[in-house]
Amino acid sequence: MATDILMPALSPTMTEGALARWVKAEGDTISIGDVIAEIETDKATMEIEAVESGILGRILVQEGTQDIAVNSPIAILVAEGEAVPNAASTQVSATDKTDSALKTQAVKAPAEQMSSAVAAPVSTALSAPATEKDWGPTAEITVREALHDAMQAELRRDPDVFLIGEEVAEYQGAYKISQGLLAEFGDKRVIDMPITEHGFTGMAVGAALTGLKPIVEFMTMNFSMQAIDHIINSAAKTLYMSGGQMGCPIVFRGPNGAAARVGAQHSQCYGSWYAHVPGLKVVAPWSSADAKGLLRAAIRDPNPVIVLENEILYGRKFPCPVDEDFILPIGKAKVEREGRDVTIVTFSIMVTTALEAAEALAQQGIEAEVINLRSLRPLDTATIVESVKKTSRLVTLEEGWPFAGIGAEVAMQVIEHAFDWLDAPPVRVTGEDVPMPFAANLEKLALPQPEHVIEAVRRLI
Amino acid sequence: MTAGQKNVARVGGNGPSLTREQFMEAFHEMLLIRRFEEKAGQLYGMGLIGGFCHLYIGQEAVVVGIQMTLKDGDKLITSYRDHGQMLAAGMTPRGVMAELTGRATGYSRGKGGSMHMFSREKNFYGGHGIVGAQVALGIGLAFANKYRGTDEVSVAYFGDGAVNQGQVYESFNLAALHKLPCLFVIENNLYGMGTSVERASASHELWRNGEPWGIPGRRVDGMDVAAVHEAAAEAVAHCRAGKGPYLLEMMTYRYRGHSMSDPAKYRKREEVEEVRKTRDPIEHVRHILLDAGVSEDSLRKIEDDIKATVNDAAEFAQSSPEPDPAELYTNVLLEA
Repeated sequence: MATDILMPALSPTMTEGALARWVKAEGDTISIGDVIAEIETDKATMEIEAVESGILGRILVQEGTQDIAVNSPIAILVAEGEAVPNAASTQVSATDKTDSALKTQAVKAPAEQMSSAVAAPVSTALSAPATEKDWGPTAEITVREALHDAMQAELRRDPDVFLIGEEVAEYQGAYKISQGLLAEFGDKRVIDMPITEHGFTGMAVGAALTGLKPIVEFMTMNFSMQAIDHIINSAAKTLYMSGGQMGCPIVFRGPNGAAARVGAQHSQCYGSWYAHVPGLKVVAPWSSADAKGLLRAAIRDPNPVIVLENEILYGRKFPCPVDEDFILPIGKAKVEREGRDVTIVTFSIMVTTALEAAEALAQQGIEAEVINLRSLRPLDTATIVESVKKTSRLVTLEEGWPFAGIGAEVAMQVIEHAFDWLDAPPVRVTGEDVPMPFAANLEKLALPQPEHVIEAVRRLI
Repeated sequence: MTAGQKNVARVGGNGPSLTREQFMEAFHEMLLIRRFEEKAGQLYGMGLIGGFCHLYIGQEAVVVGIQMTLKDGDKLITSYRDHGQMLAAGMTPRGVMAELTGRATGYSRGKGGSMHMFSREKNFYGGHGIVGAQVALGIGLAFANKYRGTDEVSVAYFGDGAVNQGQVYESFNLAALHKLPCLFVIENNLYGMGTSVERASASHELWRNGEPWGIPGRRVDGMDVAAVHEAAAEAVAHCRAGKGPYLLEMMTYRYRGHSMSDPAKYRKREEVEEVRKTRDPIEHVRHILLDAGVSEDSLRKIEDDIKATVNDAAEFAQSSPEPDPAELYTNVLLEA
């Protein structure tokens, strides 16, 4: 049966092109896969290969012709001994099919797209804030011990869990979080890495795609930028890109934010960076209980979880439940101090700053409610909104930079969900919009202090 | 084929070779990839495949020769020029073509596309759009094999364009340091997009790029499936025996542009025609089979079967629905 050879497109947006050259002549025998012609646009030249075998019966469009519409017949292919039909359009059905297929791709009612975009999970109705489970007796331990205990418990619980990073094994951890783990679990499960973040993070993500559960320790989160392509493009997106086939159960953890006197390259908050990315969860513990409960949950979570620790908090002691099963849910904030006059939303070491400010404000008769976010993604908007509906005022507090920071997102959530309850515009207290300076006095000026929070609250009330 | 012919152990001259059955298998697999890719190019031209589409035409012997040396459980990973790898791994032409056209029946439910496709069942770990990323991920697959105490091997394919990425050498170091069972395969098709190897790399003998870490390497004629098979068999045996990684540089050639929209002005038409005429991997095997007494008819039968398979895949893809709008929000996170 005679078949039309159609003008192909070089891209979905191309509507016409030029026929640069016929490689085959009328009467030539053509095998499937043979190059028969070349077409051209202003950008590209492409060879056309035969998709059917036969004889080039007639060339309908001569070489050098410009502005040939895509999908119009350019030649007729016939079987041996078959007469060449006079007109083109021998294969109308194929052309029709193409047209209808193109239409099904193009027809997507804009209204429908809009409504589905608005229905995105970010802004759906809020569930009621959860009350925290009572875990019974506590003991005072450091955040360092809490993180260590969490990893030890999960390494004992699941043989697929392993720890890799720089100095995690023989050195016992650059910040001594992994002290003693090598002795208990051996070098198969507590593995020193050379200084090669890009490589070992990719390796860990690859292992996680097979179902293993790596804990990747970055000596500081600053070095995770070396590996951020694997964290975002390989770990966070693969479940989606594989249509749900391949999850990535992995934890990336390490100290985040400003330490003390280490300058710009070692003092940066990654909260906003990682919380921006769908496919990741991000937690930022403050207390020992946060650290232990959230890290255990992160290790058990089937998704990639970023755990933003804080070096200055490592040596601080807090009460932590002694219950062996103690664990915290990811995505739930904690009200650290109740108050009726203003809501201060913060996370990590800034919880300390907020509580100091709240104490000072109480002396002045102002009762501030302090919310420790614990989890940046997913964000516990319900707890924040419930608090603001009570206090009608919002201050956000973070160490990171102001532009597109966590405070900006928290304020926007409150505007979306509790605008009518607000008595004043929300105020952000953030780190200064500069790289971190080294000099002691400048460093202090760059970071939020309790007096900044007090001043912000005074502006609202 | 008669029982008597089956006893002919080796055909194909003096070089490394395969049995006639293996050549028949290789012919089938290579031709399936060739015809599939031609059809993909055609569907792209019809506007049914959008975005990027990198065809494997010309390089078929590489993946087919290597795949013939692997066993169940071995893991595979590659770049975005991945259609050939997926077919060789046993993924269905229907599922791959449906994904290329963004349909609900595709391997990634239409959410991955040409460059991001996976199959847990076939141990195919993608399909990666970031040049070189699959090498670090690939040693992670090998790490998992070793961690679990299996003798499985992982194969990480990458192009000559990826060999100047830093993470490739971080991966060489880690794989050698931890003796990971990882076969690194450089598919040297001479051009990283439009830049020739000579213009991109100070090292022109890419098979030697693992030498500083003691990774054994070989350069192989990647247009000769028997040569590929022989080299891969040695390399895979090395990895499987726990001796660490191995590096193969496959000298190959892509007939098409880097992607569908590549004008390919960086190489002469005669260069492409010369390779097609003198080094085509499929024609090479066709001649070997004809010389060994396989009839034209039996080869034509294979060609007809493949044509039907590929047409069926294209038909299946085009008649499959687009993903349901609700799919937009699924597979972002797993339930904790």
